Amino acid sequence: MAEQFAIEMKGITKTFGSVVANNKVELNLKKGEILALLGENGSGKTTLMNMLSGIYQPDQGEIRVDGKPVTIASPEDAKALGIGMVHQHFKLVEVFSAADNIWMGKEKAGFLLKKDRYAQIQSMAAKFGFELDPSKKVYNMAVSEKQTLEIIKVLYYGAKVIILDEPTAVLTVQEIEKLFQVLRKMREDGHSIIIITHKLNEVLDLSDRVAILRKGEYIGTVETKDTNEQELTEYMVGRKVDLNIERPVVEKTRPLLEIRDLTIRNDEGAVAIDHVNFYIRGGEILGVAGIAGCGQKELCEAIAGLRPIEGGQMIHKGDNIVGLSPKAILDKGIAMSFIPEDRLGMGLAPSMSITDNMLLKNYADSKGIFVDRDLGRADAQHVIENLGVVTPSTETPVRRLSGGNVQKVLLGREIKAGPNVIVTAYPVRGLDINSSYAIYHILNEQKKSGVGILFVGEDLDVMMALCDKIMVLCHGRMMGVVHAHKVTKEELGLMMTGSLDLSHRYEDKPAGFAKDTNFAQTDKEVEP
Amino acid sequence: MEMDKMGVVTTFLHNIVVYNIPLLYGTTGEIIVEKSGSLNLGVEGIMAVGAIFGYIVGCYANSLGVGILTSFVAGALCGLLFAMLTVSLQANQNITGLTLTTFGLGVYFFVGNGVKAVNWPAMADYANIKNGFADIALPGLSQIPLLGRGLFSHNILVYLGVVIALGMWWYLNRTQTGLRLRAVGENPAAADSVGINVKRYQYLHICLGCGIMGIGGYYMALNMSGSFNSSCWINGYGWIAVALVIFANWNPALAIVGTFVFGFFNTLRVSGSSLALAFPEGLGWLSSVPTQLYQALPFLITAVVLVISSIRKKKDGGQPASLGLNYFREER
Repeated sequence: MAEQFAIEMKGITKTFGSVVANNKVELNLKKGEILALLGENGSGKTTLMNMLSGIYQPDQGEIRVDGKPVTIASPEDAKALGIGMVHQHFKLVEVFSAADNIWMGKEKAGFLLKKDRYAQIQSMAAKFGFELDPSKKVYNMAVSEKQTLEIIKVLYYGAKVIILDEPTAVLTVQEIEKLFQVLRKMREDGHSIIIITHKLNEVLDLSDRVAILRKGEYIGTVETKDTNEQELTEYMVGRKVDLNIERPVVEKTRPLLEIRDLTIRNDEGAVAIDHVNFYIRGGEILGVAGIAGCGQKELCEAIAGLRPIEGGQMIHKGDNIVGLSPKAILDKGIAMSFIPEDRLGMGLAPSMSITDNMLLKNYADSKGIFVDRDLGRADAQHVIENLGVVTPSTETPVRRLSGGNVQKVLLGREIKAGPNVIVTAYPVRGLDINSSYAIYHILNEQKKSGVGILFVGEDLDVMMALCDKIMVLCHGRMMGVVHAHKVTKEELGLMMTGSLDLSHRYEDKPAGFAKDTNFAQTDKEVEP
Repeated sequence: MEMDKMGVVTTFLHNIVVYNIPLLYGTTGEIIVEKSGSLNLGVEGIMAVGAIFGYIVGCYANSLGVGILTSFVAGALCGLLFAMLTVSLQANQNITGLTLTTFGLGVYFFVGNGVKAVNWPAMADYANIKNGFADIALPGLSQIPLLGRGLFSHNILVYLGVVIALGMWWYLNRTQTGLRLRAVGENPAAADSVGINVKRYQYLHICLGCGIMGIGGYYMALNMSGSFNSSCWINGYGWIAVALVIFANWNPALAIVGTFVFGFFNTLRVSGSSLALAFPEGLGWLSSVPTQLYQALPFLITAVVLVISSIRKKKDGGQPASLGLNYFREER
């Protein structure tokens, strides 16, 4: 019976210092199946897979490939065994062409680089059913193209077992569907696939079986057809979780923040936000959807006063905020929390304690020339208690906290100041279900107290459940503002890729203009 | 009179090459090292080590070839030390490089003074070295008026330097190992994931690059006829080489151009007055420029180049993306 498994992992244990990342994990991958590996953040999914791809070596346990025990000491070994991994952070050389990224790992390629390698790579890609411009440089590629290149790469090296680490995190709905088609076709061709994800709908849609890890422990493997979202969540979290995100109905106020005709350039000087109009009322959450890098960051920075704008107007309760210092904008009650991809880069100083990070914001409240640390400590204590931050003490460096707790600290600090507008970008980025729901709850509490929230998000399902309205950006242009409970995911996906423009759906009222605007009514440019 | 003027120009061109070829060795070597992702600031020290050992061993063996080989090996050994510290032990590259400069200069003076106290070899006594370092006029090319004698009549090490630079350009851009080396310098994790042995590539190319620097040091020793005094033969050239890498945009072929440009200003300092004398109408003002300015010029240009290149930041510039960063596979 053993020979029907492509991969068997038996009793795998891996520790990093005192942290046990994997504890006696079992995993079997059948030939020609798609196995979903499910688990919360920090449950050890990526660590486990990195032991298959040769990045780490297990401390204990045995790995068998096609029934034979093997030692995978390096990625080179993994490649030789026919195991290929598409990492969450793509392992591509940005300045190389697509062909060279594949060619650099080719065995017996000969000493000289010949021009015909482009044609060779292209015909190979075509053979697998992919379209590829072999001379296109990686830095000119969209995320989905890079991912395709990664998949072609592992196929080219002859991988029979393909591991994908959160491949859908960066894709649009349409791109995800395309990827799944590719994966299904690969399964038909006899490849065995492991896909890491924490999106349950994808697991149910794609996989044959699901293996679940929780806090480094192996929970079990179930047949996908015999399970459902609720059950998988319980396995994953270890208890019942209410999967519904609530959307409390709150009476909305007049527009708090209104943006007209806003144009912003990014660091490279290209237009990042292109003549965008929108407004936020108190008591509502306005979602901002868009493919990564569509101007979300620049928009947030402009509102917070961190980035000069090229043109347009921004008013807060009727007062202009263009050109004000970040501090002045903050004093008006506009708070921003931006969680960048590395999750620590913006807003918090990683090696400083929670207290010190609180002080970064309110040091000016101290009297005299010395900083009042008691003030910061009290704030830290307040945030820890109110938001349930798990930390040894208020003096623990933020870097040592887990991702969810870091994000709670950041959001907590912004809320502490009692803002009336919160700009939050990717607040649940990389968080598991438990922590994510805690964050949604915090945002809803703020909404109920009359705060207007701009929520820049990634997960469309979440945005459709949590937000009142969703604004879609595509390459810096606003494709429309839609009601979250009326729109479909497909529509949003089309708008994100620019195929559907709803910004002029209603003739009498272009999207993003409030009827009861605070802009002076003499400003008649609104009329067509 | 007319011939004399041409002679001055020819000598000027000749001097540009003769006095500045060590920059080409240093720059080419450093490009190879940096293409593997390692920023080695120890060029000055490595050239000094290559110089002292190359010169002494070469003289005792009375063979230019042995001298070149020894200087290469001495430089490569410094590279091995650098690689062990930064690649295997993950030490900070900047600090290791600076330490290597101090270390290399220390070795230079230690060995040099030691040998001097016993029996310092004078280059003139070793016919094979002296003759081996003599100019070789390239047939045909050296007959070109004005330029020929200036550019195409040089010692063997000048030609070797140019050949190494062009060869390294070819190696980086036209071979599979060159492609892999660039991948290692750009994104070692990516290179590792496709089965390239990152450590082996880094070790080999750090040693290769440092060996090339060592030959550059040996050249300086020979060019100064081996006279050992209180100042080092290398005299800051290693530092200019580090800057020239940026000027050349990490392209060994452009390093030849960079060497010539820097060499031009360097030579103005020495020969500016003879130019002024030969062309009083056009270049007479050269003699009124204080020598201190000439001395400062290469360093001023270095500063300007650094400023310009940091402004002109392109996506596919030659700078390896992982330059200066140690690679540790298991880092999370």
